Amino acid sequence: MLEIRNMDVHYGVIHVLKGISFMVNDGEIVTLIGANGAGKTTTLRTISGLKKPRNGTILLDGEDITATSAQERVKRGISHAPEGRRIFPDMTVLENLELGAYLRKDKEGITRDLKMVYEHFPILSDRKKQLAGTLSGGEQQMLAIGRALMSRPKILFLDEPSMGLAPFLVQEIFNIIKNINKAGTTILLVEQNASMALQVAHRAYVLETGSIVLSGTGSELMQSDEIKKAYLGG
Amino acid sequence: MKKIFEKQAVRKLIFLALTFIIVQLLIYADIIDAYLQNTLTAICINIILAVSLNLITGFTGQFSLGHAGFMSIGAYTCAIITLRMPTIFGFFLGVFAGAIFAALVGFIVGLPTLRLRGDYLAIATLGMAEIIRIIFINLKITNGAAGLQNIPRFTNWTWLFIFMVGTVLLITNFLKSTHGRACIAIREDEIAADSMGINTTKYKVIAFIIGAFCAGIAGALYASYFYFLKPNIFDFLKSVNVLVIVVLGGLGSVSGSILAAILLEIISTFLQSFSELRMVIYALLLVVIMLFRPQGLMGSKEVTLAVFNRLGGNLKSGMSKLEQRFKSKKGRV
Ligand SMILES: Nc1ncnc2c1ncn2[C@@H]1O[C@H](COP(=O)(O)OP(=O)(O)O)[C@@H](O)[C@H]1O
Ligand SMILES: [Mg+2]
Repeated sequence: MLEIRNMDVHYGVIHVLKGISFMVNDGEIVTLIGANGAGKTTTLRTISGLKKPRNGTILLDGEDITATSAQERVKRGISHAPEGRRIFPDMTVLENLELGAYLRKDKEGITRDLKMVYEHFPILSDRKKQLAGTLSGGEQQMLAIGRALMSRPKILFLDEPSMGLAPFLVQEIFNIIKNINKAGTTILLVEQNASMALQVAHRAYVLETGSIVLSGTGSELMQSDEIKKAYLGG
Repeated sequence: MKKIFEKQAVRKLIFLALTFIIVQLLIYADIIDAYLQNTLTAICINIILAVSLNLITGFTGQFSLGHAGFMSIGAYTCAIITLRMPTIFGFFLGVFAGAIFAALVGFIVGLPTLRLRGDYLAIATLGMAEIIRIIFINLKITNGAAGLQNIPRFTNWTWLFIFMVGTVLLITNFLKSTHGRACIAIREDEIAADSMGINTTKYKVIAFIIGAFCAGIAGALYASYFYFLKPNIFDFLKSVNVLVIVVLGGLGSVSGSILAAILLEIISTFLQSFSELRMVIYALLLVVIMLFRPQGLMGSKEVTLAVFNRLGGNLKSGMSKLEQRFKSKKGRV
């Protein structure tokens, strides 16, 4: 279980996250939706240790990990597929996936998880030897998710996996996200595509200029007039 | 698989031994005369400098303009030690003390500056090399701007060869390890590397330290060959020259750096007789090469001994495929 308490984050003098609190229970898909610039990416980066909060506590399975390094958090089971995919373009698909398991030493486990990733994304298996930079946008997104899975996370952070993808691909990616979750990985999903995110998520939080303004189950929020007006285009 | 690699290792060994013996024989026969030995020495030193800078800039993606600074630390350390202890032991002490001293400075400078990116890092490392030069101009033990004379000569083909092969092996083995993979990941995408749990600062500093260590060795070999040192040898242009070799050979290609170091030194030896026109022709050649091969001679590919296989018409083993790692490369400098 991941729990965030009163987290404040600044970029210089800009107060980007204003004391947000939320939690993700084991086995859930929780989504954080919000407009561009609301602070979604910053939230994920702070929890995975790439940005230091000024105040607040991050608890993973009840343990305070606020002061730990990004490496330590990967070891403890947080994995982050960053915004914009950020695959390693001049490495092959396989090399990218291997780097996802960078901190692991258990060779057999890595081989097993590689198979698991290929089961979720058969296309990656076909493209093993191909340079990642030459993959299509959708394939690169699959690689980014697959690579994040290779660290065998307890909780997987996905930052806008639907960004820039054709609608049928978005649907496919979200189906896979559901499958990954069913296979036992907890997911914290950040999206601008609110309708898709709310459909797959068990619960959701709405972030507006650095504050959580609303929360509820996916279906509750989908029914909410506020959400409909602000995020679902109706 | 294993057998192929063993075969490859044996082949490498034979290739190295042959190179060593042939050059040694040419020196005995005075075909490589005193003048050409200067060229040979410069080539070996430039190979060490270029391969080590390639680790920092080509493989780890950190744009450094400070290699002359690290080189000068190795050079002065070795000179000062061998002037007081003109024995082979003093020479070894000088080379290793120089390398370690350069690595130490690399660590001290790298820790704060490697947080900087791109152009900022280039300027910071440039500043560092200038500071080192100015320190050497003002120190008593280095005899200031006049420099040091009559440094005992211990550097010869044997030592050049051993240290050159040693540094190249050190760096290629490092690159093949998971640490090397981490460095390349940083070049490819630092934020993503961070997300994978790679300690990016640590690896940037390690690349910097290894690079500085090898540059220190190169400097020490230099001091122990050319009798004479002064701070201005290690100015901004010296760092740029090393960078030229790296870029020309291909960022991210060890064999490219080696080829470019050989090629450029041979060209400039040839051009010696053209006196004034020399620099113009040299510069023009660089421009032309970069126009036709903007990714450098080798891009980020490597040549290996498989080349000889194919030259011999022996295509059947398919080893070339194994031995050559084709990677395209974006020149992120
Ligand atoms: N590196 C940065 N330096 C300064 N401001 C930043 C930086 N990254 C993000 N911000 C600012 O923080 C706010 C939140 O950004 P972000 O977390 O990327 O939002 P989202 O992911 O919801 O679009 C924005 O106003 C953005 O301009
Ligand atoms: Mg974002």
